[in-house]
Amino acid sequence: MSLQRHTRTLLALCLCVTPALAGVLPDDRADVLYHRYQGGGITIQGPSVLVQKKVTDNLAVNYNFYQDYITSASIDVKLSASQYKEQRTQHSGGFQYLHGKSTYSAGIINSNEPDYKSNTSYYSVSQDMFGDLTTVTMTYKRGWDKVYRDIKDPATGRIVNDPRFGNTGLTGADIPFRDADHRGYSVGASQILTRNLIASFNYEVLTDQGYLASPYRKIRYLSPGAGKGFTLADQVYPNTRTSNAAAIEAKYYLWYRAAVTAQYRYFSDTWGIRGHTAEIGYTHPAWKSWIFDGTFRFYTQNAASFYSDLFPRANAQNFEARDRELAAFNSFTIGVGASYDFPIPRNRWINKSSLNFRLDHLLIDYKDFRNALLTGTAPGFTAGNEPLYKLNATIFQAFVSVWF
Amino acid sequence: MHARTVLIAVAVGLLLGGCSPIEPWVKPYEREHFADPIMSFNRNPVSDVYLEHVLESREGSRGATGGVGGGCGCN
Repeated sequence: MSLQRHTRTLLALCLCVTPALAGVLPDDRADVLYHRYQGGGITIQGPSVLVQKKVTDNLAVNYNFYQDYITSASIDVKLSASQYKEQRTQHSGGFQYLHGKSTYSAGIINSNEPDYKSNTSYYSVSQDMFGDLTTVTMTYKRGWDKVYRDIKDPATGRIVNDPRFGNTGLTGADIPFRDADHRGYSVGASQILTRNLIASFNYEVLTDQGYLASPYRKIRYLSPGAGKGFTLADQVYPNTRTSNAAAIEAKYYLWYRAAVTAQYRYFSDTWGIRGHTAEIGYTHPAWKSWIFDGTFRFYTQNAASFYSDLFPRANAQNFEARDRELAAFNSFTIGVGASYDFPIPRNRWINKSSLNFRLDHLLIDYKDFRNALLTGTAPGFTAGNEPLYKLNATIFQAFVSVWF
Repeated sequence: MHARTVLIAVAVGLLLGGCSPIEPWVKPYEREHFADPIMSFNRNPVSDVYLEHVLESREGSRGATGGVGGGCGCN
């Protein structure tokens, strides 16, 4: 789905934009990570490499290389498309320039996959104030995406971009893509409250314009007496979306050297979605060289105003969607991590190195998205009465970090 | 009348107070805990951004989760 793909691009900003305390450039470090997501018939795995380096006292640069190797036989694919494999590659680079108590950041992100191309730029400024207890950051970003639709070439049998996907009329030159533009504005502040407590607040407005749907996913509508009792049809999304999100996070240092974290975010958008995210975490160093982490995250949202698992008839309303990201659901994520600092003997240019593992389990409990693959497989499993769908997924990460 | 005078005096006092520099109530030498990596909002950036991406790409919500500093699109 386009929105999810845009997400992947913008998230890279987390790597590049100003750290918790402005006036300090990030450490020189390199990370090499292997990631693997498995659940709901989808496996996504690949590497991510991040390098951050100070080139002068005032200037730091960063570069991230990220890849996804995707094998998908998800419930959506099984219902309305065919299993596929694809690869996405993302490059991002940026810099941070320190001038007095201000830090200026900018960068670009490029993401490329066979049916989705994306470019994003961002600009950010941070300012320390009030005796360096407070850091205020403002960021602007702009994204330009091109959305394609892959089809099977009837002549060769190969998967190719639909050459007329972007054509709005029946005539004219072929246009294989549709555009989706994005803008983001955010303001954040971090505040040292006591010698053991730091908090942050962040507010962000995001706007999108263009083709925002998935070209592959379908809605379904009731058609009694035909097939399984429902018929598939294309989704119709609005061409614009604006969202607001506000988050607050606090971290507290415990007297025996451990830390607890709490976070809450409220979200709303012009599609009628309201979301709440709450997360708690605990970090515990042990045995000199180890750090253990544990987190629990709860998320809930209501459905978009134009979402339905099963529409009553064809063309029942102007906008129609059945993307489960727009459904109502609760989500639970529990995760554990471990970091081990290990020395590299006889090496003068590496100051510190660590080996890290993290495992998370994700459960999404949908409230109005039913498993349409089960229609007719058991008595009572008629269209609209199938069991609700649940997603269970495992997320694994292993990475090495070195500071130099 | 007396109450109004007191209110004005308080308001003027507050306004004038705004002109004086704010004294940091946590002194620089009291901030050693914030230098500890376990107090970082973004201790493992390459891992944090990946996990955030996995979770948010399956949700309708987006934004404002980049920790301190804003700007993590986090759609």
